[in-house]
Amino acid sequence: MVSTTALPRVGPATPSELAAASTVRRPRRPDPRRIIGRILTLTALAGLSLIFIYPFLWLISASFKPRGDVFDNRLIPRTFTLDNYVRVWQEAPVGLWLLNTLVVTVLAATTVTLSSAMVAWAFAYYRFPGRNVLFGLVLATMMLPGAVTMIPTFLIWNGVGAVGTLVPLWAQNLFGSAFYIFLLRQFLLGIPRDYFDAARVDGAGHMTVFWRVVLPLARPALAVTAVFEVQAAWTDLMRGLIYLRDSSTYTIPRGLKALIDAFGFGGEWHWEIIVTASVITTVPLLILFAVAQRQIVQGLTAGGLKG
Amino acid sequence: MTAAGAAVVASRRPGRRRMHRRESAAAFLFLSPWLIGFCVFTAWPLLYSAILSFTDYDVIQDPSFIGGENYAQLVSDPKVLTSLGNTLAYTALMVPLHVIAALGLALLLSRAGRAAGVFRTAFFLPKMTPPVAVGVLFLLLFNGQKGVVNGVLSWFGIPGPAWTTDPAWVKPGLVLMSLWSVAASVVILLAALQAVPREVLDAAAVDGAGFWRRTFGVVVPMISPALFFVIVVSTIAGLQTFDEAYAAFFGAGNTTYGNDAALFYVIYLFQQAFQFLHMGYASAMAWLLFVLIMAVTIVQVVLSRRLVHYEGRESW
Repeated sequence: MVSTTALPRVGPATPSELAAASTVRRPRRPDPRRIIGRILTLTALAGLSLIFIYPFLWLISASFKPRGDVFDNRLIPRTFTLDNYVRVWQEAPVGLWLLNTLVVTVLAATTVTLSSAMVAWAFAYYRFPGRNVLFGLVLATMMLPGAVTMIPTFLIWNGVGAVGTLVPLWAQNLFGSAFYIFLLRQFLLGIPRDYFDAARVDGAGHMTVFWRVVLPLARPALAVTAVFEVQAAWTDLMRGLIYLRDSSTYTIPRGLKALIDAFGFGGEWHWEIIVTASVITTVPLLILFAVAQRQIVQGLTAGGLKG
Repeated sequence: MTAAGAAVVASRRPGRRRMHRRESAAAFLFLSPWLIGFCVFTAWPLLYSAILSFTDYDVIQDPSFIGGENYAQLVSDPKVLTSLGNTLAYTALMVPLHVIAALGLALLLSRAGRAAGVFRTAFFLPKMTPPVAVGVLFLLLFNGQKGVVNGVLSWFGIPGPAWTTDPAWVKPGLVLMSLWSVAASVVILLAALQAVPREVLDAAAVDGAGFWRRTFGVVVPMISPALFFVIVVSTIAGLQTFDEAYAAFFGAGNTTYGNDAALFYVIYLFQQAFQFLHMGYASAMAWLLFVLIMAVTIVQVVLSRRLVHYEGRESW
């Protein structure tokens, strides 16, 4: 409980109460050193933020410039043109690439969220022989470098004839992912066991408890998992390079790489094409982040509040 | 309810053993996705890549056993040496700068009060940028003649190097570019900073410790578990670096690049496996990387025993 008033109360005060009390009781004269410190902090942060944002502004602005002006380092184009976007759309099946990426991303995020939640639930609630050993294995796989399993995994997908399709880009997510299992288990451990036991006593079966009680209660953590995986699936280059052969199956990072190869390494650098394709690749995720940021923060803090 | 409590309740009921067995069955039902995935996509690949590393295999013909030849070739392959050297140099430069940048940003954010949210968004956006696009940005912003980085350096009268073409400057340039995506570590360290109790800082201040003393004598030791985590994770990521450098320097019709300055280990591994179809050799390379990463991580864990402070292990 956090009190907003500074009423005297028996018992030790929490840190936040102490902080609140000190601001209420002592009508402090503004300490000049503290104010200067605060101004310096905020100025430094504002300057650094600009540095972090600048590359986006540079990229977006360059995508609206004619070829000769790409490197003029102005944030407002001298000549504003949409030609680059038209050109990229003519040169490459960008719409198809976006659609492929969307399909992969949606499938990857939904499957990994559901499967990881199932596994996390097993580790969080049930007691069964070998639980600690198995959970140790989950943690160990988190440390396993992807390069070690990359080749046999390719051979598996090659063996079932899935190379060249989008399947290898998401289907492993049907089996859960160690990091998300860990994340979701931690979250589920923070929910009082009584919630689940009560449902069991009322006669709900294992699956019913999972669908009707666990998943709704875990929604903030599920949202975090889904957003993380959307980011991972959308930006994945390596799998696109390994598994996709035909331009019509490319995801957008793989397609952007193909455009770099064609319009960069291919000879004279057509930077305006590469820049514009980079914007098309990046902007959807920035929008997702803008929309979901609050949810992520709420999800992460909700885990702490429920304890 | 605790586990002990549940056991008490269970023991009062008849048929407790049968119930336990049913509970286990349900647990394994929920576990089954991971169990299948672990066997098919972790255990088997691990075993199979170990087997493949002793064979010659080009996917078309069956693997033929060649003993330790791949490993012997590893030692004498100059490109393995180059790529390993590049990767170690990159990691050795990137990890300290990454940790310093993340800690600096997290310290600033922890003092920003309500404004922190806006700034955190600004720092996080690069993390959402696909690495291919980060590679493109590197080529653009760090361009030797026309890039904005050298433009800014020239304001101070510093002639900037040819970051994207000079073999000596490619790796430092890529390290600087990688700092742009430091956000995940910032978030982790910020969470740790916010968990440091105010009383501890106030007590240090009362004892006369100044800002720097408080920061490096009190705060840094208290968040050392989070710092250690960031160091381990960024080291592992550094040793596996691929996307940005591959996007910027390698590709169809471009398998080598100026003195191989940007040829990182996983890039060479990828080329061996999927461009030259030397699956056996690439598997041996993968195992060398695996052993290297394990060794580095173990060294870090051992060192951390001395340096990392875990709350609660000490008696107050």
